[in-house]
Amino acid sequence: MGQLSRETINLILDTAESFKEVSSRDIKKVPTLRGKSVINFFYEPSTRTRTSFEVAAKRLSADTVSLSVSTSSMVKGETLIDTAKNLQAMNPDIIVIRHSSTGAPHLIARHVRAGIVNAGDGINEHPSQALLDLFTIREKKGRIDGLKIAIIGDISHSRVARSDIIGFRKMGAEVTISGPPTMIPSRAETLGVTVTCDPRDAVRDKDVIIVLRIQLERQGKSLFPSLREYASYFGINNDVLAYAPKDAIIMHPGPINRGVELSSEVADGPRSMILDQVANGVAVRMAILYLLIGGLRVGNVD
Amino acid sequence: MATWIRNGRLADTITGVFEEKDLIIEGKRIEKIIPRGQFSEGGESLDIIEADGMLVLPGLIDMHVHLREPGEEYKETIQTGCLAAVAGGFTAVACMPNTIPPNDCRSVTEFILEQAMRAGLARVYPIAAITMGRKGTVMAEFGDLKAAGAVGLSDDGSPVADSGIMRCALEYSRYYDLKVISHCEDLRLSEGGVMHEGEISTRIGLPGIPSAAEEVMVHRDICLSELTGCPVHIAHVSSAGSVELIRRAKDKGLPVTAETTPHYLTLDHSSVIGYDTSAKVNPPLRTREDVEAVRKGLAEGVIDVIVTDHAPHSSLEKELEFDKAASGMIGLQSALPLVLSLVDEGCLSLSRAVQKMTIAPARVLGVEGGHLREGSPADVTIVDTDARYVFSRDMILSKSRNTPFLGREMKGIAHLTMIGGRVVWQRKASHPGS
Repeated sequence: MGQLSRETINLILDTAESFKEVSSRDIKKVPTLRGKSVINFFYEPSTRTRTSFEVAAKRLSADTVSLSVSTSSMVKGETLIDTAKNLQAMNPDIIVIRHSSTGAPHLIARHVRAGIVNAGDGINEHPSQALLDLFTIREKKGRIDGLKIAIIGDISHSRVARSDIIGFRKMGAEVTISGPPTMIPSRAETLGVTVTCDPRDAVRDKDVIIVLRIQLERQGKSLFPSLREYASYFGINNDVLAYAPKDAIIMHPGPINRGVELSSEVADGPRSMILDQVANGVAVRMAILYLLIGGLRVGNVD
Repeated sequence: MATWIRNGRLADTITGVFEEKDLIIEGKRIEKIIPRGQFSEGGESLDIIEADGMLVLPGLIDMHVHLREPGEEYKETIQTGCLAAVAGGFTAVACMPNTIPPNDCRSVTEFILEQAMRAGLARVYPIAAITMGRKGTVMAEFGDLKAAGAVGLSDDGSPVADSGIMRCALEYSRYYDLKVISHCEDLRLSEGGVMHEGEISTRIGLPGIPSAAEEVMVHRDICLSELTGCPVHIAHVSSAGSVELIRRAKDKGLPVTAETTPHYLTLDHSSVIGYDTSAKVNPPLRTREDVEAVRKGLAEGVIDVIVTDHAPHSSLEKELEFDKAASGMIGLQSALPLVLSLVDEGCLSLSRAVQKMTIAPARVLGVEGGHLREGSPADVTIVDTDARYVFSRDMILSKSRNTPFLGREMKGIAHLTMIGGRVVWQRKASHPGS
C-alpha cells in the first residue's frame, strides 16, 4: 500500500466496482485476460487469499497455476531467487506471492519481469486485503474520507493492520489501533495513528471496527497469558460494542477464532460485514490483475 | 638493505603530533627517525619510498575481524582476509573464534597462526573462545590457548549468557593477561529480530531488536568488571545507551574499554529500507541519534578503538529473504576512507582517529605495534588522504562482497603497507585514486 497513490487506489476501487457485477451473473466469466497466465505462489498456508486470487483470475479467463510450499522446490532447498527465475522462464504475466518473510516479493521483483502482486509478506503488508477493506467500507459507508476506524488485535504481527493503516490514512480516515500493550508496535504513533489499549475506548465514536485474528501460530513467545484472559479483556463482544455508535460496522480479515477476538453473536450479527469482505475480495483482486496486466505502473502492487 | 621513507608526515601516536620526519628501515625494524632533509644517502643499496604529501602511520591494527578459516573457506580464507587487510592499510588483524571448529583449543589457534604465516601478509592475532564450543558452559583452556598464541578471548556472536561463568572467565583470564572481549547481546531480548526496533522497523514490517538487548549486557559486564576488578572490552558499541553506560563506568575508574565500527559511525537504520541485506548486521544499524552519540563517544574517548568487524558472507547467505540472510558486512577496505571522512566532517581529529586504529587496539590487546619508534618492528602504513574514488566491487580483495558501501564516493586510501620492513601492498598505478 506504501507504493499506491490515492488516485491509483481510487482507480482500483472503481474498477472493482464494475467487476463485482460479473460475480453475480449466471455465467461468471469475462474474456478480458484470455491467453494471460497468472501464477499463484504461496509459501505460506492460505485458503482464503489463494482461492480468492484464483477465482478472480479464472473469472477474467486467465490461465492460473497455484503452487504451495509442499509442491514447490523450496522443500528441496532451492533459493527464492532461483525459484523466481525458473518461474520467469515460463513467462507468466503475473506472479501472486504470499511469503512468510518480509520483503520477499520485493526480492523476487528484482529478478523477474512478470508483474508481482504481494499477497502478504511476513508481518509487513497485505495490500489486497487493505484494498478489499477499503472497497467494503466505501460500499457500506459511501465514503472513506473523514471516517473514524479502529483496528483491534495483534497490531505488531499483523500485515493486515500495517496495510490498512497506510491505506486508510491515505484515503483520509482517522485510525485508532488497540490491543494488549505487548501487541502494539514500537513507536506506533509514528504511523500517524492513535493508540489505546482499552477496546471500549477504541470503539467509541468509530464508524468502522476491524478486529484482527489472534495469530497463535505466529508467536513464539507468549504475548498474553491465556486465550481466556484475551477474550475477557480484549475480545469484541456485545458488551464492548455498547460503547460504539449504533451504525458502526464490524470487519475481520478471517479466519475468525470464535470466542477469542470476536464473539459469535458479533461475528454473525447484523453489523458484521465479514462475508461481504470475502465477496468483495474477488472483485478487488480481479481489478488488481486486470489493471496490472493492462499496464498499471506502480512498480508492483504493494 | 635499508629503506628510506621520505617527505611524509609522520604520526607520533603517543603525543598525537604529526611531524615532517623520515623513516630509515633496516631489516625488520625501524633504524632511525630523523627530521626531513637531514638524512644524507650514505650506503649503496637504499630503497627510497616517496611519501610526499602523504601520511606515514604505524601499521593499522584491526582487533575485530572474521577470517572464516577453518570451516567456511568459501567466504574468506586467512590469505584472502589478510590481503584485504593490507590493501586497507592494516598490518595486523585479530580474528574472532567463530570458525568451524571454533578456536577453543591449542590446535585451532596453531592452525590459524600457521595459515597466517603461509599467507605472509598481515600479522594475525587469534582471539580464542571464552567457553568450549562457544556454548557458554565450560571455560576453554586459557593457559594453553595463550601458550599457543591467542591474544584475547571472546565468544563473539554467542555471548556468555550465564553471569556466573562470565565472572569466572574475567577472573581466570586476568591471570594470563588475556583481555575478554564481550559481544553484548541478550539473546532472549533480541530473539527473532532482524533490524533495530524503532520507527523504521515498525514502518517496513521487520521484527526489531531493541537497543536494550545490547545495553542490558553492557551493564552486566560493567557490573562484573566492578565486582571482580578485572578488565573487560565491549565489542562493537552501537547504541547511545551503551555509550552512556561505558562513560559512567570509565568515570568511576573501572577497567572498561570499548570499540565501535565505521558502519555504526556512518549508517543508520534507514539503510535497511528496501530490504537490502547488505545493511543487515548485528548489532543492527540504529537511529541517527545513536550514530551521533557513538561519534561523540568516540571523540570524547569513551570509545577507545575503531574496528571493522569484517564479516564476510557469500551470496549464498546474503541473496535471500531479509530474515533468512546472515548478519554482517565486510569492512577492511572501507574502514580507512570512512574514518577519514569522519575527520573531514569534524567528528574527531586526525590524530585521535589514527590513535584509535593503532596504539589503542595494541594497548587493549597487549600486542606490539601501534607506534613508530626506533627499534620497533617496521609496520608502516602510508596513506594518500587526497585520493578520490568510487568504492567498487572490483576493488574488493576479500572473497565476499557484502558491503552497503559499494558505489560510495570515498576519499583516502592506503598507498603502501609495510610489515616487518617488507612491502606487502602497494597501490598500483591503475588503482583508483592514484
